[in-house]
Amino acid sequence: MLNASLKQLAAQLLEKKISSVELTEVFLKHIRSLNPELNAFITINEEMSLAQAQVADKMIASGQTHPLTGIPVAQKDIFCAKGWLTTCGSKMLSNFISPYDATIIERFNQVGAVNIGKTNMDEFAMGSSNETSYYGPVKNPWDTLAVPGGSSGGSACAVAARMAPAATATDTGGSIRQPAALCGISGIKPTYGLVSRYGMIAFASSLDQGGPMAKSAEDLALLLNVMTGFDARDSTSLQREPEDYARDLDKPLGQLRIGLPKEYFAKGMSASVASAVEAAIAELRKLGATTVEISLPNTQLSIPVYYVLAPAEASSNLSRFDGVRYGYRASDYTDLEDMYKKTRAQGFGAEVKRRILIGTYVLSHGYYDAYYLQAQKLRRLIASDFTEAFKQCDVIMGPTSPAVAFNLGEKSGDPLQMYLSDIYTSAANLAGLPAMSIPAGFGDKNRPVGLHIVGNYFREAQMLNIAHQYQQVTDWHVRAPARLPEA
Amino acid sequence: MTLSVDDVKCVANLARIEISEEESKQVLTQLSGIFSLIEQMQAVDTSHIEPMSHAQDMIQRLREDVVIESDQHVLFQSIAPQVEAGLYLVPKVIE
Repeated sequence: MLNASLKQLAAQLLEKKISSVELTEVFLKHIRSLNPELNAFITINEEMSLAQAQVADKMIASGQTHPLTGIPVAQKDIFCAKGWLTTCGSKMLSNFISPYDATIIERFNQVGAVNIGKTNMDEFAMGSSNETSYYGPVKNPWDTLAVPGGSSGGSACAVAARMAPAATATDTGGSIRQPAALCGISGIKPTYGLVSRYGMIAFASSLDQGGPMAKSAEDLALLLNVMTGFDARDSTSLQREPEDYARDLDKPLGQLRIGLPKEYFAKGMSASVASAVEAAIAELRKLGATTVEISLPNTQLSIPVYYVLAPAEASSNLSRFDGVRYGYRASDYTDLEDMYKKTRAQGFGAEVKRRILIGTYVLSHGYYDAYYLQAQKLRRLIASDFTEAFKQCDVIMGPTSPAVAFNLGEKSGDPLQMYLSDIYTSAANLAGLPAMSIPAGFGDKNRPVGLHIVGNYFREAQMLNIAHQYQQVTDWHVRAPARLPEA
Repeated sequence: MTLSVDDVKCVANLARIEISEEESKQVLTQLSGIFSLIEQMQAVDTSHIEPMSHAQDMIQRLREDVVIESDQHVLFQSIAPQVEAGLYLVPKVIE
């Protein structure tokens, strides 16, 4: 049951082999058993989850079914869910019970999916290791000495450890794909604007994008079908016809042209990651794909550009946390300004404060043109690199992360090293392109490796097709950490 | 460029974050490293490139000028620390 695909779970529910309440209880029991060690969830509310499962059972009984009706889904704690504690991994929001649902939560509720709990994450989604959460680090279920990746590490851990069959996540510079790679699961960041950001606590608004995490590409397609779609409440939401992202899963790859950027296969990548990625690409060649060497000449600039733009937007978005309206408030202060300063000093963690300071600096008078404006111009150059590349190929592939999961504490004292974890992922956010990571074997210390696939705008169905075809001839995506039950 | 402890204190003041002398020295070391990475950007000539502020080129969408939200102040105030007569009570900050 814990290892079943979404399709298999839906079939069992439809055939009345199990009820949604029973299924939810199975996963809650598994969470209760593993969460004390892995810390994947910040909030579990069995009463609310089971109430939703009862509603789902009634929907199934009355014939109002959808592929996700009655299926437990873990929700990243960045999404506001009515009546649920919604902390965004922070002390600042440690007492915030949301009075409303984010659009994607609303959509999961409408189809009768069950919220199985709110997953742990880096504070305000800032981090690449899930060590900046106010609620403590998440551990990698493949090796508890290792980080799960960030910032959606709780969601990735929950799926990898089979504590939930699927989870939601968000990606500002790689936060869906990097933890998916490090935990050996599948995750997709859609084209910017396809998934509503309404009710998703903002980090860097021009880069943030919600998306799903699951065991397989087939599961991701079912989740995307629910999560995407126009939302009038999000001014950046795209007005497009609804798509069925599962429609092309079974298509043969045919004459697929895979672009391999020479900059992604240069120095900096670990040998074991390189070897797993090359083996995955060889497998795709066997399925009919051809490869072509391409160049993304501004790859090295993506990290500096990202670390100007994202903190600049974050410094603005997080200015609302000042102790006045909601969230944490310092108890001792002398005047209004002192209250702001003490609240923000005590309520934010070190990484968040660091990024607010960077953002404030690059936006300040005298430095705006040299940093922020220059970064925006380079963002266009980085996006143009992709436009040129897609004239030669259909998709771009490489490693998701330069190395396998590092040890807890290994990089936490050196933010610069931590930032480089996103070297292959952040460019897709800057350009707004869809990108995904799928399991592609194991590297050093037997820790998972992810294959990174970047598609052209709105080519999610094609990317899922490629990933699904790869997953038909490999079994990396069905492997689970050996010590888990039913693995 | 070279940052100083005074720069860090000035930025922290602008960001409304209280920072101690010791913290500002620690932050200075970390920010200096990050800004040395960011400096790579200056080597590229971008004089003829338009800035890209957003991932999608789109015009601001306007909604119809009709009421779509209902009064939910009771629900919203249910999570407020202090409320009286339908109003939020905030700490006294002006003498």
